[in-house]
Amino acid sequence: MNPQPIDRYAETLARETRDSVSASAAITTEKRVDILARDFPDPDGLRRLAGQIKQHTLEHLDDYLAKAVRALRDNGVVVHFAADAEEARKLILGLLSERGVRRVVKSKSMATEEIHLNDHLAAHGIDCVETDLGEFIVQIDGDTPSHIVRPIIHKNRREIARSFEAHGLGDYDDDPETITRRARIHLRSKYMESDAGITGGNFISAESGRVVLVTNEGNARFSMAPNRLHLALIGIEKIVPRDRDLAVFLNLLARSATAQQLTVYTQFINGPRASTQPSGPEEMHVVLLDNGRSRVLATDCREILRCIRCGACQNVCPVYRQASGHAYRAVYGGPVGAVLSPLLAGERFSDLADLPKASTLCGACREVCPVDIPIPDLLLRLRARAKEEGVRTPASIPMAPFATLATSPALWRTAMTASRAMNHLPTAALPVKPLREWLKLRTLPEWRGGEFRKWMKKRKQS
Amino acid sequence: MDSATDKPAGRKVLFMATCLCDAFFAETAKAAVEVLEHAGCEVLFPEDQTCCGQPAFNAGDFASSRKVARHTWRVFSGELPVIVPSGSCTAMCGHGNALQFEGEADLGEARDFGKRTWELCDYLVNGLGIKTWSGRYEARVALHHSCHTRGSGTGAAMKQLLSGIAGLELREFGQPEQCCGFGGTFSVTFPHISGEMGKVKLEQVLTSSPDLIVSADGSCLMHLGGLAARGGRPVRVANVAEILRDALLPAPAPAR
Ligand code: SF4
Repeated sequence: MNPQPIDRYAETLARETRDSVSASAAITTEKRVDILARDFPDPDGLRRLAGQIKQHTLEHLDDYLAKAVRALRDNGVVVHFAADAEEARKLILGLLSERGVRRVVKSKSMATEEIHLNDHLAAHGIDCVETDLGEFIVQIDGDTPSHIVRPIIHKNRREIARSFEAHGLGDYDDDPETITRRARIHLRSKYMESDAGITGGNFISAESGRVVLVTNEGNARFSMAPNRLHLALIGIEKIVPRDRDLAVFLNLLARSATAQQLTVYTQFINGPRASTQPSGPEEMHVVLLDNGRSRVLATDCREILRCIRCGACQNVCPVYRQASGHAYRAVYGGPVGAVLSPLLAGERFSDLADLPKASTLCGACREVCPVDIPIPDLLLRLRARAKEEGVRTPASIPMAPFATLATSPALWRTAMTASRAMNHLPTAALPVKPLREWLKLRTLPEWRGGEFRKWMKKRKQS
Repeated sequence: MDSATDKPAGRKVLFMATCLCDAFFAETAKAAVEVLEHAGCEVLFPEDQTCCGQPAFNAGDFASSRKVARHTWRVFSGELPVIVPSGSCTAMCGHGNALQFEGEADLGEARDFGKRTWELCDYLVNGLGIKTWSGRYEARVALHHSCHTRGSGTGAAMKQLLSGIAGLELREFGQPEQCCGFGGTFSVTFPHISGEMGKVKLEQVLTSSPDLIVSADGSCLMHLGGLAARGGRPVRVANVAEILRDALLPAPAPAR
């Protein structure tokens, strides 16, 4: 059997990294449970409600999109559609170039990760600085985020201190407060020098066209407020029908993501600066990103589009805790990524068809998901799709022989008794290589095939 | 999982031993039969049973697993409740079949079969209405909630039954919902992660200094017991059926 990429990655992951990912994911998971139980009489009911609202929105996405676009335009926002990553990059680059923008500040956005925006802008001479502390560190390290909410969950403060030193941000000091202060000072000047701000968007209300952004550092606000141009790249699935629905989602999002009642900053953006406002961007553009989403909508895995990117499924996932996010070879890792990444990959589905197999189907993700996505069911459907399309992943074990055996009762009974011979074989002589591998870590109980059947028969006779 | 309460209970039951008991855990199957008989059931064992089909299902080979599932519900045809000494196989017959038969002509049969299928402890408490289990069993027990019993009646039922046994002390440990890492073929295709998950689980379980680990699923126990033995810290494991049976024995519980 070939090495399974995610398993091999986990095996080579530094112990220290594994332990810190694992520990901090476990702590957040625990706090999340506590805060939900403390604040709501029926957290599961709330999750189901949120799931239903999102599912309803997805099933009528055409209508809600049209409604949202109208409302955004009424608010003075210029709305664009981007079918894929390339179109989105072109569009954004065009908007910036037309206005002679050279320096951009950007707040955290997974959609921009998806289209690899920073590299594209840099290649065209536009400097785009990440202003979320985690993303800033990812950027100076030339790394990629390994978690949706905590992009540097795989780094410890000593590594961060070393890269700050290497990038001229002061002498080595791994005190978290010092690190934060240095980043803040550095970024303040970037805000002031920039010509445009790029953000993502957590929600759009179709009713009012409000774009909702949540951050803990206030960097989204800084990214747009002092600039002439605010550009938001937002996936088409981020729409919710009404403003009042936001109450459900904002209550769940912060608690699920970071076990906070509410993120420190929650912005409701009503468009560009109004004449009565003292400051704010003169122009606001929203780029609605498809990039495979409508294709996902047409599959039997469309529930994954309910995702509000809280990262709770990553935190709770025992496989993610062992492997960390980069093991998934995609922008989205962990349980959500194991479903979403192969789907978004489109024609390159087969490249990521091993991701849905990286799960014991333990169901922990399903229990924490604030929008009640049946992730294990979706993983199974994707496994079935891989099988149907004839994609061979390293984790494929042929099952047809098993099915034949399990539908031939007489043969089955014989095999049960005959396999007792296994007990007398030394491990090294076992006929199957995976089984030998398996036994390196574990012991197998004694084969007692047929014993129960014999006992049962005797009982009936007596 | 379907809710436990809408399933029909009966005194005559069909017993699904599961392939793992057929191959390895004969003792669990024997215990389950004796426990059911003690509860007043007449236990019938359809000889042609094999496996619920879960290995193929988990591999995404629905064509193969549907074939096995159809064989299984034919073997267990009729109206009688089907009792299984495993939370995992029960979940396969219920939720698993409902998923893999979506859009198939015999989805109705799949559903009906799932509705009749019970995990042993769930059946004793929620099917037969047994409130407490008597007997004596001297041990500190760490109760492992296997993942496929999530959302079913099994977890609470196990706890309720074990709590009634004199001398048995249930020990709490951290992160009880954490998976043991077995996952069937997952342990073969992801040997490293599976092993590490098992170690994490063992670490938690052992903080409660149990005399033995008990679960509704022999597969988790095989994994945890095997890892513990290889890791040089052997620990006794037992399916909940065996504890329920041994508690009824007149002599002190045997060390197995
Ligand atoms: S799938 Fe659910 S739990 Fe995972 S990130 Fe999305 S919303 Fe959060």
